[in-house]
Amino acid sequence: MLAYIIRRVAQSILVLFVVGLVAFSMFRFVGDPIDNMLGQERTQADIERLREQLGLDQPFVVQYWRFLEQAVQGNFGLSYRQGRPVSEILIERLPATLELAFVSGLMALAGGIALGIFTAIRRRGLSANIIMTASLIGVSLPTFLIGILLIYLFSVELGWLPSFGRGEVTDLGWWTTGFLTESGLKALILPAITLGLYQMTLIMRLVRTEMLEVLRMDYIRFARARGIRERAINFRHALKNTLVPVITITGLQLGSIIAFAIITETVFQWPGVGLLFINAIQFVDIPVMAAYLMLISVMFVGINLIVDMLYFAIDPRLRADRTQGGH
Amino acid sequence: MSDTPAPAPQSRLRRAWNSDFAWSFRHAPVAIISSFVVLVLILAAVLAPLIAPHDPFNPATLNLMNGFTPPGQANAFTGDTFLLGTDDQGRDVFSTILYGMRISLFVGFAAVMLAMVIGVTLGLLAGYLGGWVESIIMRVADVQLTFPAILVAMLIFGIAKGITPPEYRDQMAIWVLILAIGLSDWVQFARVVRGATLVEKSKEYVQAARLIGRSPFAIMLRHILPNVLNPVLVIATISLALAIIAEATLSFLGVGAPPTKPSLGTLIRIGQEFMFSGEWWILFFPALALLALALSINLLGDWLRDALNPRLR
Amino acid sequence: MTDTPVLSVRDLVVEIPTRHGVLRPVDNVSYDIHAGEILGVVGESGAGKSMTGNAVIGLLDRPARIVSGEILLSGQPIQGLKRDAIRKLRGKKMGMIFQDPLTSLNPLLTVGDQLTETILEHLKVGQTEARKRAIAALEEVGIPAAAQRINSYPHEFSGGMRQRVVIALALCAEPDLVIADEPTTALDVSVQAQIVALLKRLCRERGVAVMLVTHDMGVIAEAADRVAVMYAGRLAELGPVREVLTQARHPYTAGLMASTPLASQGRKRLRQIPGSMPRLGALPTGCAFHPRCEFAQDKCRQEPGPTLDRCDGRAACWFPLTAKQEVSA
Repeated sequence: MLAYIIRRVAQSILVLFVVGLVAFSMFRFVGDPIDNMLGQERTQADIERLREQLGLDQPFVVQYWRFLEQAVQGNFGLSYRQGRPVSEILIERLPATLELAFVSGLMALAGGIALGIFTAIRRRGLSANIIMTASLIGVSLPTFLIGILLIYLFSVELGWLPSFGRGEVTDLGWWTTGFLTESGLKALILPAITLGLYQMTLIMRLVRTEMLEVLRMDYIRFARARGIRERAINFRHALKNTLVPVITITGLQLGSIIAFAIITETVFQWPGVGLLFINAIQFVDIPVMAAYLMLISVMFVGINLIVDMLYFAIDPRLRADRTQGGH
Repeated sequence: MSDTPAPAPQSRLRRAWNSDFAWSFRHAPVAIISSFVVLVLILAAVLAPLIAPHDPFNPATLNLMNGFTPPGQANAFTGDTFLLGTDDQGRDVFSTILYGMRISLFVGFAAVMLAMVIGVTLGLLAGYLGGWVESIIMRVADVQLTFPAILVAMLIFGIAKGITPPEYRDQMAIWVLILAIGLSDWVQFARVVRGATLVEKSKEYVQAARLIGRSPFAIMLRHILPNVLNPVLVIATISLALAIIAEATLSFLGVGAPPTKPSLGTLIRIGQEFMFSGEWWILFFPALALLALALSINLLGDWLRDALNPRLR
Repeated sequence: MTDTPVLSVRDLVVEIPTRHGVLRPVDNVSYDIHAGEILGVVGESGAGKSMTGNAVIGLLDRPARIVSGEILLSGQPIQGLKRDAIRKLRGKKMGMIFQDPLTSLNPLLTVGDQLTETILEHLKVGQTEARKRAIAALEEVGIPAAAQRINSYPHEFSGGMRQRVVIALALCAEPDLVIADEPTTALDVSVQAQIVALLKRLCRERGVAVMLVTHDMGVIAEAADRVAVMYAGRLAELGPVREVLTQARHPYTAGLMASTPLASQGRKRLRQIPGSMPRLGALPTGCAFHPRCEFAQDKCRQEPGPTLDRCDGRAACWFPLTAKQEVSA
């Protein structure tokens, strides 16, 4: 098991190296950093000095290594657009995104698993079929349309909930939260639903498929043949086996919530890192793009690792001392 | 060998009509309706220059006085009527939707073609050659799969935008979009094709072809490729819906088709501004068109997956 | 015998509606099994053996369904009972053993969990008593160090040991009837004999009625008291195992015997039955076996084969073999 964990960690570090390479290449080759940092009035001497200062005269590998060194310390330089350190901007914006992702992730997970089980058990029922059809519409409905629809209903027509921003936030020094004020919570509802709905449909469909697959297994038939009641078969025998494969994909889904937050944040003008990233692309603000990429990769890789560890907790076959393949 | 009498000879058409595939199509109203909708929408998009009552991108035909005409009503100043109303600049919404759908569909199809060509080629190579070729291809696929496709597409779009000189950006946007979405979506194809290739490779007919000295490329093209077409078709259909949604999303976020060449996503982005002031039709109709397009393609893909290969996941 | 049979199947018909018409995987099947008796059910795959077992225990997969006939459990008909009432009979009155011990056990629950769960469901005992009984059940099927092994997960057992666990599970709520569906097919040859012996011992000791479904004539010869031969959904022959094995009356049984290597038969040359069993959707007219039967006559080609109770009660054949007739090469 230890060997397995070490291998997974090594793999994760490798992924981060590759992403770092992409981020670094963006810095180095997309637009000229010198151009971007010096204004119109510049002398050849200025350029040379800055080139040396930034280490652009060094070999590629050395530059890459220095970039990684800086990145590990959270130093991504200055935003081209705002002129402030990128790390500072990111830290300021991160709580908004994390709070949004947390709430919608929770919603997607709870709703998705519950509905998935329901539609699998009541496979032929009318309500299950209605939910399945609705979910197909949900998958086809782009996230931003859901957001617009919700804004139209609850902000424009009914006027119940705010259509943009985060409401009133409380500053805890190192974190700003919208959980503590009424307007903050109200502002969270629509974005959270928008972000969570798509993931919820995906998780629901996945849970349903897996559960139907499990319900066809011999050990379920055998449990039926022993007269175990339906409730125990569904929730004790089938659910646990369903959740093993679901955990991996769901874990990755939750990771992508952070990425999909970009869309939701744009629709609701939610002041998080996603909105920051989209603005960075529009204005070709390379340092912000690179830093966002690195940040989100660390999160994804972290989530992947946690998911793998969870596997061990649930599946006794993996806990056995013979190490098995990582799938 | 069975003793049942040989069935009476049938025409090719009759056989196709009676095949399992056609049978399940005829018995799936959802598939019939959605393929009808898809066909109508594609035709409307392709024939846009012929059908559209106005040319929304010819400034000469535009009249700013026609701005904000509600659907079906006569404009207060000019007396013109428009089926689905006009936007702020007096452009006919129905016509912009037809042209927008043209761009959406073009980007979608082109991106899927790109993804398919890359994915099928790499998948065949990985599956057939194995060894380090396979390792590298599948590693790259794994790393890319760690990130959602839409994020990869955004990133590629951002980088490409950085590389293109500002004066060409609007012109290149459509091609950059195709590149971004295509490159973000090849992994699915590669994985499935590699899996299927591994299966086919071990079969006797491929072994036989190898023994008689057919070149690996001939074997891949003539023997293996036809056998992986079914799953590829299914993935392509589902990918098309995803690509259209991805394009719309990027354009909506302002990192896609520019307002000078608006796709459905761009139109929705423009329409959103007028949601609060009551001009709902500028937003509503493009959104409806996008939904109809994405939903019907998705439904078709869903049915296709069940009909061609119930075990494909 | 005066006592009522544990299981009585009367004129059972199971049908599956399909796109190409209605199939009848089980067609007019009748038999009894008494307490302490093992009835072997043999036939090629697709002959309806397993389907009969599934119908009895009420686990037919949709769209298969029982359309007529009766199933009596200790004289009580079970059709018409509520679903929950039938569920309570499963495990308590009738148990089932599946073919593949690898897939029959839930991989994420310990063996003890699965045993105590079943015991608590059917017997009025407490948690500690259930656990005690679970250990006893494991001991009875020959699991060494049962008290420790009860906390193991299925993957920690070998194939043969797992099948013993499956048997313990099927028997732990003390049912009167056990349906064993190919219990030895997935096992190593060396383990097969042990499992058969175990089943036989449990049947004798506890007086359980066993329906042993298999395609292996060797298993039948070793374990069964009586044997039912099925062909294309129908019973072809039913009788005491020794008589059927040595003096088959139905040509199909005779062919089956001639094609099976049995130690007791000595070194006769093995033969095969020409052709293969027809698919259910394409049954020939007349007796389903006539295209492969070397004794077939016009009547066989025109009239459906007789059911058992309409002929001599042993072979469902218009022209059953007599002692003198032998299947020729």
